[in-house]
Amino acid sequence: MLLSEMKQGEKGVVVRIAGKGALRRRLLEMGVVKGTEVFVEKYAPLKDPVELVLKGFHLSLRVEEAAQITVERSLQGTG
Amino acid sequence: MTDKKTITIALAGNPNSGKTTIFNNITGTRQKVGNWPGVTVEKKEGLIRKFGYDLKIVDLPGTYSLTPFSIEEIVARDFVLDESPDVIIDIIDASNLERSLYLATQLREIDSKVLFALNMADVARLNGTKIDAEMLSDLLAVPVVFTVGNKNEGIDNLLQEAIKLAETAPAEKEKRNVKYNKDIENAISKIQNLIEEKVKEKINYKSRWTAIKLLEDDKIVKERFAGKTGAEGEEILEETRNLRTYLLNHFDEDAEIVMTDDRYGFIAGIIKEVQTTTARDRVDFSRNIDLVLTNRFIGFPIFIFFIWAMFQLTFTLGAYPMDWIESGVNLISSFAGNIVPESLLKDLLINGIIGGVGSVIVFLPNILILFFCIALLEDTGYMARAAFLMDKIMHLIGLHGKSFIPMLMGFGCNVPAIMATRTLESEKDRILTILITPFMSCSAKLPVYIVLAGTFFAAKAGNVIFSLYLLGIVLSILSGRLFRSTLLKGVDAPFVMELPPYRVPMLKSLMIHMWDRSKIFLKRMGGVILVGSVIVWTLSAFPRNIEYSLDYSFEMNRVNESFNLKIAAAGDEDKEVFKKERIAAIIGLQKAMNAEKTEKSYMGRIGKGISPVFEPLGIDWRGSVSLLTGFFAKEIVVSTLGVLYSTEGHDDKDALKKALRSSGMTPLSALSMMVFVLLYLPCFAAISMIRKETASFKWTAFSIIYTTSVAWIAAFCVFQGGKMLGFL
Repeated sequence: MLLSEMKQGEKGVVVRIAGKGALRRRLLEMGVVKGTEVFVEKYAPLKDPVELVLKGFHLSLRVEEAAQITVERSLQGTG
Repeated sequence: MTDKKTITIALAGNPNSGKTTIFNNITGTRQKVGNWPGVTVEKKEGLIRKFGYDLKIVDLPGTYSLTPFSIEEIVARDFVLDESPDVIIDIIDASNLERSLYLATQLREIDSKVLFALNMADVARLNGTKIDAEMLSDLLAVPVVFTVGNKNEGIDNLLQEAIKLAETAPAEKEKRNVKYNKDIENAISKIQNLIEEKVKEKINYKSRWTAIKLLEDDKIVKERFAGKTGAEGEEILEETRNLRTYLLNHFDEDAEIVMTDDRYGFIAGIIKEVQTTTARDRVDFSRNIDLVLTNRFIGFPIFIFFIWAMFQLTFTLGAYPMDWIESGVNLISSFAGNIVPESLLKDLLINGIIGGVGSVIVFLPNILILFFCIALLEDTGYMARAAFLMDKIMHLIGLHGKSFIPMLMGFGCNVPAIMATRTLESEKDRILTILITPFMSCSAKLPVYIVLAGTFFAAKAGNVIFSLYLLGIVLSILSGRLFRSTLLKGVDAPFVMELPPYRVPMLKSLMIHMWDRSKIFLKRMGGVILVGSVIVWTLSAFPRNIEYSLDYSFEMNRVNESFNLKIAAAGDEDKEVFKKERIAAIIGLQKAMNAEKTEKSYMGRIGKGISPVFEPLGIDWRGSVSLLTGFFAKEIVVSTLGVLYSTEGHDDKDALKKALRSSGMTPLSALSMMVFVLLYLPCFAAISMIRKETASFKWTAFSIIYTTSVAWIAAFCVFQGGKMLGFL
């Protein structure tokens, strides 16, 4: 599923990052690489952007940017 | 080794790694803030003497990587590559080791002398993360020093290590760099061999690094490489293209993506060995704060409260010192008035220089307070949350969430607002925000609305003024969208932004931030604004020998004498009445003379000369002249109108209103004039700030022309449209 489809409090593992150019590079450099575990902390009050926790820090992305990331949802990962 | 020499130390690190705090601790107030050449990224450096050495500390922009996507990254990398600092201190946030090491591996790859400052390891330890510094040092062959930036711990040690490193011979070849997977490594060595065989002497960068960058398709390195190596280089580039195509087919990914993966793989290996994380039951302080501050329901109300408070502080609290400065300026000018003999020079000094600079320097308290607040928002980490909350709305205009703050500030004063765009990372966002901020109706325009709307719209004045503000907002949104899809086209900068942990700000660093930015403003005072004041004064003070339509001094004497006769002849009661009449008559003449003087000054002549331009807007020559003087500061529009209608300083507060009403101005032309005032070119101080912040004459000229054209068109529509609809 896409990262943008995950709900608040869900956890997943990055499978693929689509897209091109600056956004993709930026994501990779911030540590959003294949195999990274991400936790959806919350969506902003206007439902965009989304706040993630990964590698021990908090990262915010626009929903359209999160839609470039494919994740596999971890089953036990709600909390 | 004891002889004195200057060692250049560059500080590199991720944003929020505590880099600025360490820089402030090292250099204190001995820092120089400027811009990196050609760009508007702040450059900070400090010269200190320590342990018998002169140390030049350069604060590189905070970046996550050295891939040249943003100006910050280009600036940081160019400095490392071209200025070859003696040592680079990479400040590593211990709580974010993995991500910090990404930049660290890139710095290692460049082959410069790197030293790690493992910052805030105490915080990390509290959160259950332990880092084996010795192991880290061994694995990467880099000295590691523990620091706690906000407690000023480990700084001396850090500098000592840096000096030691600078004094040792260049590192031996044996170094632990990232090893990429076999296919990538093969490609790298192929390119590297070609470079060494054919163009080794022509390039100044290390061959392996150049090979890696070419393989990553790094535009800047490619360009420089091509520029230096000519035909032989073209062969190598051709070979690189083939290798990239091969790798793309092989991995189904671009080479740079595979390489980034490999770097993180390499980093993951290091992390495994040096970092131990115990129980994850840590209390995340920041997370708890965010439960409130970015809460779905109360996040916005709190945000609005903070902004309101900032506005109040800036403009309400700032009003007091503003008054003091104003009286100070008056004091200086009356003091100067007393000691300088009557002359042209005196007029220049008092009305030109003191008056001109004085009218801008009153903004200093606003600027100090505003920048203190902004520094507070930034240093605590709230600024990122504000952007998080506002991004959805600002994205509609094609802007980043952070643009909200400067635009809002525009309602107060455009000068600090334009300076506040420095908080935006993307150059395009910055320019776009600077272009549309002037449409936010600044507080200096309010007196103009109050007089005009108050005179012609009476009870409806409030609604009219509110609509003006609204018009400004709507036009800024429309302009934003227009520019985004034309002049500043391109993909929106990715929003991808770290939400750093909340931190208790340090007063020292708040003060330094505030002062740095205010200094920029003060420097303007001494330069451009001073010159501008003199020019404006010259235009309104010359020519000196005006041919008045009436010999005013003769007339005043005549009036004076005739009253003297009357007074002498009158009884005691009438005497007082006549005395008062005499004063009134003389003042009347003086005002008429002033009005004529303004009218016939160069400023007045220019105003009259351009008045045909304003005719279709329903604005007469007096309006044109006052709009022209409004270029200096918007509130001057009112006082110029006062002078031109000879009501300046009149006891009757409604005199100007009466004069305006009887001048043939109609509600419709007043509205047209207000619309023009709302939208036309920013004041002189703001324009000079636009010039400074865009670092571009082109954008400054564009801003002036665009705002003025929009103003003219909008006022034209209001006036002509209104006339057609039958209003007057």
